[in-house]
Amino acid sequence: MADNNHWYMLSLIGKDRPGIVAHVTSALFEGGANLGEASMMRLGGNFSMMLMVQFTGNLHGLHEIIDGVAESLSLHVHLDRIDGQLHDHRQPDVRIRVYGADRAGIVAKVTGVLAEAGLHILDLESDVAGTQTEPVYIMTIEGHAGEGVAALESALEIVKQEGIDASLEAIDIMVG
Amino acid sequence: MAVLEILKYPDPRLKEIALEVEVFDAALQSFIADLEQTMRAGPGGVGIAAPQVGRLQRIVIVDVSSKPKIKQHGRLVLINPEILEWEGMAKGREGCMSVPDFTGNVIRAKTIKLRAQDEQGEFHDYDMEGFEARAVQHEIDHLDGLLFLDRLVSRRNDLFARKVYK
Ligand SMILES: [Zn+2]
Repeated sequence: MADNNHWYMLSLIGKDRPGIVAHVTSALFEGGANLGEASMMRLGGNFSMMLMVQFTGNLHGLHEIIDGVAESLSLHVHLDRIDGQLHDHRQPDVRIRVYGADRAGIVAKVTGVLAEAGLHILDLESDVAGTQTEPVYIMTIEGHAGEGVAALESALEIVKQEGIDASLEAIDIMVG
Repeated sequence: MAVLEILKYPDPRLKEIALEVEVFDAALQSFIADLEQTMRAGPGGVGIAAPQVGRLQRIVIVDVSSKPKIKQHGRLVLINPEILEWEGMAKGREGCMSVPDFTGNVIRAKTIKLRAQDEQGEFHDYDMEGFEARAVQHEIDHLDGLLFLDRLVSRRNDLFARKVYK
């Protein structure tokens, strides 16, 4: 029998309200789907979910399971069959923190120079703190330094000269 | 000597509290040799605790000497270890031979004062910091039936913790 236990990437976005996660995951469970890795977060009053879902049926079948609950919660659904699999983690070896007065292009600037210096971003979180009139942009990145940490350090120097605070530390994983 | 089998979560023995070592005999030495060989056989392992191989005794081995440029004491056999003092907090990434294919961020004390017996039962005091202190805290948790999974922090909480404590 052919491999009929496929992985799908399910994305759901909508206005945040209590119980979203419970409703979505129980619909998936009752429909016979399994969950893999997932990331869920409230962003600006919206709730966003990205879930790896394993399901024996086809895309249409998975839509049937999820569309009803998504509609009842007013969530936008996006569903793709993926080649991904579990146990394919890549460990970060560097963490970068960036903050500064919020201004246009700060993310593009920072990620641009870091990408050129060999950074492969595995995880990025950013937030805007401060006040309406004086917003502060804060970003943390975990990634893999493809060309070594020193290359990223010199790249950050460029960013710092433009008044952005940035620091970097190697992630040394303790296994015991 | 032998490489012992490492128990993997959800083996219930990883949740037990280990007992004090009272007899320092040849059988203990032989077990310690096996435990050390098991630690060194694991990829990148810098510490191991006896409960990880199913022996519920308060025995830990730590050796972070493979890490360059850090303060450390080399190979350490720590029996009945006790943390006397903690100071500071630091977040760091940990993995565990008993929890394959996962690493996560954990907050630990930055520096500790430790008292432990060696293979012969002699008491020693250690001042530890950073990576070595982290390894010891991770291993002592194993003696108390705790995994680093019990102490994971999310990245957002972690940022908050740093703001508050630093
Ligand atoms: Zn461990």
